[in-house]
Amino acid sequence: MTWTNPLTLLRHGWTRHWNPDRPVRTVVSNLPFEDLKKREQPNRRYEGNAIRTNKYRLWSFIPMNLFEQFHRMANIYFVGLAILNFVPVVNAFQPEVALIPICIILALTAVKDGWEDFRRYQTDQQLNNTPCFIFSRKQMCFVERRWKDVRVGDFVRVLSNEIIPADILLLHTSDPNGVCHMETANLDGETSLKQRKVVPGFSSLGEPFQPQTFDSTVVCENPNNNLNLFKGYVERPDKRRTGFGIDSLLLRGCMVRNTDDAAGIVVYAGHETKSMLNNSGPRYKRSKIERKMNTDVLFCVVLLFFMCLIGALGHAIWLETFSSMPSYIVPDSNGNYTPSVLAGFYMFFTMIILLQVMIPVSLYVSIELVKMGQIFFITQDVELYDEELDRRVQCRALNITEDLGQIQYVFSDKTGTLTENKMVFRRCSVMGTEYCHEENVVVPDRKLILEVDRQMASIQTGPYLDFFLALAICNTVLVSSVTAQRQRVRVNVADLAGAERVGDVLRVKGRRSSSYSGGSFHNMRQWFRKCGLGKVFTSMKFFKRGGETLADPFSIDEDDGLSGSEEVCYEAHSPDEAALIHAAKAYGFTMMERTPHYVTVKLPDEALLKFEVLDILTFDSTRRRMSIIVRHPHTKEIIMYTKGADSAIMERLGNVFSDCCSKIKCVEQWCGWKAVCFSLKVISEQEFRAWSAVRQEALSAIEEKEERLMETANFIESSFTLLGATGIEDRLQESVPETIQALRRAGMQVWVLTGDKPETAINIAYSCKLLEHEDLVFTFSTNRKVLQCQLTNASFRGYSSAFTGPLMEPSIGLVIDGPTLSMAMSDELVEQFVELCKHCRAVLCCRVTPLQKSAVVKLIRQKLRVMTLAVGDGANDVNMIQAADVGIGVSGQEGMQAVMASDFAITRFKHLQRLLLVHGHWCYSRLANMVIYFFYKNVAYVNLLFWYQFFCGFSATAMIDYWLMIFFNLFFTSAPPIMFGIMEKEVSDSTLLSLPELYKRGQHSEGYRRSTFWIAILDAFYQSLVCFFIPYWTYNGSDIGIFAFGTPMNTVSLFTIILHLAIEIKSWTAVHWVIMIGSVLVYFIVTLAYSAICISCNPPSDPYWIMHKQMADPMFYLVCILTTVVALLPR
Amino acid sequence: MMASSYNAKDEDGHHPGSVGSGGPGAVKSKKPDNTAFKQQRLPAWQPILTAGTVLPAFFMIGLIFIPIGIGLLVTSNNIKEFEIDYTGVDMFSPCFNCSQSYSWNSTSACTCSVPFTLDQPFESNVFMYYGLSNFYQNHRRYVKSRDDSQLNGDKSSLLNPSKECEPYRTSDKKSIAPCGAIANSLFNDTLELFYIHPNGSRIAIHLVKTGIAWWTDKHVKFRNPGENNNNLSIVFQDTSKPVNWRKPVYELDPSDPDNNGFINEDFIVWMRTAALPTFRKLYRIIQKKKDNMTPTLPPGNYSLEVIYNYPVRSFDGRKRMILSTISWMGGKNPFLGIAYITVGSVCFFLGVVLLIIHHKYGNRNNNADIPN
Repeated sequence: MTWTNPLTLLRHGWTRHWNPDRPVRTVVSNLPFEDLKKREQPNRRYEGNAIRTNKYRLWSFIPMNLFEQFHRMANIYFVGLAILNFVPVVNAFQPEVALIPICIILALTAVKDGWEDFRRYQTDQQLNNTPCFIFSRKQMCFVERRWKDVRVGDFVRVLSNEIIPADILLLHTSDPNGVCHMETANLDGETSLKQRKVVPGFSSLGEPFQPQTFDSTVVCENPNNNLNLFKGYVERPDKRRTGFGIDSLLLRGCMVRNTDDAAGIVVYAGHETKSMLNNSGPRYKRSKIERKMNTDVLFCVVLLFFMCLIGALGHAIWLETFSSMPSYIVPDSNGNYTPSVLAGFYMFFTMIILLQVMIPVSLYVSIELVKMGQIFFITQDVELYDEELDRRVQCRALNITEDLGQIQYVFSDKTGTLTENKMVFRRCSVMGTEYCHEENVVVPDRKLILEVDRQMASIQTGPYLDFFLALAICNTVLVSSVTAQRQRVRVNVADLAGAERVGDVLRVKGRRSSSYSGGSFHNMRQWFRKCGLGKVFTSMKFFKRGGETLADPFSIDEDDGLSGSEEVCYEAHSPDEAALIHAAKAYGFTMMERTPHYVTVKLPDEALLKFEVLDILTFDSTRRRMSIIVRHPHTKEIIMYTKGADSAIMERLGNVFSDCCSKIKCVEQWCGWKAVCFSLKVISEQEFRAWSAVRQEALSAIEEKEERLMETANFIESSFTLLGATGIEDRLQESVPETIQALRRAGMQVWVLTGDKPETAINIAYSCKLLEHEDLVFTFSTNRKVLQCQLTNASFRGYSSAFTGPLMEPSIGLVIDGPTLSMAMSDELVEQFVELCKHCRAVLCCRVTPLQKSAVVKLIRQKLRVMTLAVGDGANDVNMIQAADVGIGVSGQEGMQAVMASDFAITRFKHLQRLLLVHGHWCYSRLANMVIYFFYKNVAYVNLLFWYQFFCGFSATAMIDYWLMIFFNLFFTSAPPIMFGIMEKEVSDSTLLSLPELYKRGQHSEGYRRSTFWIAILDAFYQSLVCFFIPYWTYNGSDIGIFAFGTPMNTVSLFTIILHLAIEIKSWTAVHWVIMIGSVLVYFIVTLAYSAICISCNPPSDPYWIMHKQMADPMFYLVCILTTVVALLPR
Repeated sequence: MMASSYNAKDEDGHHPGSVGSGGPGAVKSKKPDNTAFKQQRLPAWQPILTAGTVLPAFFMIGLIFIPIGIGLLVTSNNIKEFEIDYTGVDMFSPCFNCSQSYSWNSTSACTCSVPFTLDQPFESNVFMYYGLSNFYQNHRRYVKSRDDSQLNGDKSSLLNPSKECEPYRTSDKKSIAPCGAIANSLFNDTLELFYIHPNGSRIAIHLVKTGIAWWTDKHVKFRNPGENNNNLSIVFQDTSKPVNWRKPVYELDPSDPDNNGFINEDFIVWMRTAALPTFRKLYRIIQKKKDNMTPTLPPGNYSLEVIYNYPVRSFDGRKRMILSTISWMGGKNPFLGIAYITVGSVCFFLGVVLLIIHHKYGNRNNNADIPN
């Protein structure tokens, strides 16, 4: 439910009004106007940087909250009834009194909304008050201000590892090349660094940035939410224009990395920044139960309608029976009697008012309260807490807890969800010999070390050396300086009070990478200032030691004993590269520095080799390899090192080594691991020069640039010499197979959707027990587009028929790749595909795009009408997470994007088991039972009134005092069901975990189906009949007064309703006892007090002393006992 | 303790700082407290319905309910009750003439006398009721049509009654006291009892007209306006009588100032509206004789003298006079006793049936839960 503040709309409208014919925004520097009033500021029309995501303000809270609450049908219904009550001819109660329940409901909801909004307000305030540096003309330097002070046109400086406060056009960086690195993890979840360039012509190297000299005008497009598109130009006073694009824009929310400082002019601020425009706010999901419940509410409305109709007809007919008006029929104020038909018509509305409780007014509020309670307990679950990340399970969607208990299809991402997404160097094979590394930390293999040492000592070259050199340099890993890292470390330990523990903490927290706060950084600096220099020194030392651990998100824990001077930190684009470069380092080949033109590697004997980089052929998914062409510093040979997937290298090997066959064999055996092969090619000077010329031409080509570049790359990347192969493992997370087994046993279909290649995916599928070895696995993959259609069509048909046949295989796995999938999901095949999938035990989709992932989820969800759950960790899973009924984000290595989009965020895949099987089941059965109970309760109570209509001429008399009626629903009987919905534990968690089959109850909606609803309604009818007619026959013909007659009924129905719940409750804790007994006590105390005090305060009824009188009468107790027993006997 | 063993690590806990969450005091692990409440591990009693618990319950209910039922039935049967319809719908009934000449405002009183015979003596106090049938005192608009604060002696309400009283709120520009439809339709028959001695003489039976209303009603809820002013005619001078009444409220019982005006007990009883269309209301009490030797009402012939004022023909109503002794359970009503006995027997019977089932089939599955 996206909700736009009307004021914002208004403001937008206003802004639009102000610049109607400006598709672009012009920004000039604020500095010349610094002292002017706001009205004279040139950029005054643009929004400031302060953000406000809270919906309400103090003064507008009540009207706006009410306005919003009236979007809910039920509330309109009740307000409508309350208004109806003000119409004199139909009113059933005192009009003011009728307002009470709806007011209480509205007030409760308002308090809840207000609290949520206040929390939002607090986070906004925190953000708005984050410090940043703005240039001030008066002081001629950057001064510290708050985020909210940033305005469009300001010059802002961002230091390394600080978060960017607004969208800033980059004008200056400390980097000599005029680039600045930015981590966009907060935005799109990608941890890789993005390069941003200074707008050409403004980067004056080495000079300090002087904003006061900026006299140009920035013209750019109006704010939009496209993160990858930005256009504009800078117009200088002399009308010279310089264009710029997205690669000059620093985005709000991102973090500056590897650049000491960057500065620029703010072009978009606050809500107009790209990140805020992308932030669409929480989604409103409706749970399955709620949807079902709404139809049942409609049933109640129909029921109510019929009851009122009976009342109206009954009243009209009753009036018809009188020839002349008896003295107890009161004429209107003029002394006229309403004609019976009209009276019946009026009576219809009066009846609606009288019987309004039929529609459970408190149901919605109770459900919300219950869900809050459920969420509280889910987040409090200590078993879903991740010690390592210090993160609990997060519930981001507040209203679909019970959907967790009804999941039928689970769609899972592979990398990072099933697996750790931490690459571990497992083995390598050089010269046909395999060296294994079993530990997660690379401990050099002794034999291999020996070989290396031998070669080092003797010939200074050889395949072993080349292999490790390739490992070390053939990558795009950036080396960050220790200084840059230091600040990062600081942020990490910002909250610590003592420097002594810094080292420990660093090791514990080493893996956390993505979320640092500018605020804590700031605090840290202040803290340092306070501590004085001595302590800073000590902590610095710790930083150096710990720095290595922090080096990059994918780092493997290193020994802390390395001396500080050798510190290097790697910023790797992919986990594989990180694993490889660390492996090389473990063998002594450390990459020390990388500049665009040189790569320096330290050899095991401490010698430094400085390679001149001649060219880098970057990785792309078609070639699946990358190469680096370097000139060896000693031999001056031009060498090309290539690494790539095994198949990509093998097909291009030149002179085949003797052991090639065995190598291939062993590589193939490394199932489950990513095999990366390394190869080398020595290129002669002439050859390189010739190629280089072609390459340059291709680079400068305008047409078909991509193709030509590819061609050149393919040309040079041939006839390699194989150096060796490495096996990198992406480890499975703990307990993944168990979890999948449990989910399976619970009747869920588990699908894995991955962007990975089929081989890896299948291997993982086997190792996580998604596929069993005895399974029949169909693999669909097509390469040629011509044949595909008929082929797949035929095969689908064939398989489908096979399944229906008697020889049906019990477990079928289906592996399908992206292109085939898109075919399978084409219109003509989709039915068969779905049919096929229904029979499959496991489905594995490989090489699927994020869009396809969500398409698959949507397809299954719509075609099979099942509850789906998608779990993923990366930005590529966002679509899928949003498409599914329940989206679960794994807060893992790939940033927060998935978590942001998810309804629940967990840290490990295994938590899914507990989340679904235990909490899902609980939440579902609790809520289902509670909803049913609510319907039952209201129907049972309302029917008491309804039966009475047969004995009072359908005149809509209530025999129960109206206040007590309100209290009955709001206080006496509301706490027990809420407690029931929050705390009921029908089956213990250990049972649920050990018997996942119990989950099927929720999948088939057994807790809440139409029949359950009608049974509850019938039960309510029966109980209300008992509760009415036993007192009726007891008191019939006696001298009992109306309200003396209603009191035992009220009491009896209270007992019945409470005891009914008591029978439903399967486990009684102290809380249960207190609330149950408390409710009954409150009833008696309130009623007694009320009838003792109220002498003439509630005119039509005269509750005075009735309860006391009744409670002194033994008959009262006898009636209560008998009625309760009879009412509950069938249960 | 689990919790304490985690504490050491908690100290090192780090806030995975999302933007802006790094206040100095924020060093707090997010690890949830490992308490029984938060982990939903509170000690719980889980009642499981087995044959072992359900069967005794059934027998218990049976064993308790049947004696109660028998007791109730016996008590109810010991209550003596006599009821006579004096409406006069029948041509030959004594009050036929009176019932025909219906008018609220007829000035001449119509009297009739209804003879009846008591076969059994009525011991101790005898309560005399009038009963009305088909009189919907529980009609919503009727029930509302009163002003409790006026009846409570409120001066301002006396002169300006509540709107609820419409159209019986004012007459002749004066407010009506007591206002409203309930008061307006006050039962105004006068009933008198005579014992016809075998020797032919008629002995009037002394009917006590106080003590018939609830004590709280008489002393708290209903009060005459004007505090201690005993001259009610002055207190009520600016009001007019309800349209159907023959005499104003301060003449309801001129003989007894404590039973006059709003605190007239007949009036109070009437104002406590009946729950059901067939109802009785306490009219008089016949106190037992002091000597205790003779019954309050010996068997024999009696005559009920009715001053017939109250019209019921328009709604096909009936008027009755009821004489009843009373017990701790109120008037005569065998229903409750029968219901108790029935429910008790059913429970007992069910218990037996279940016991047999349990014995026959229980061996196969000892844990067979009896579904609730």
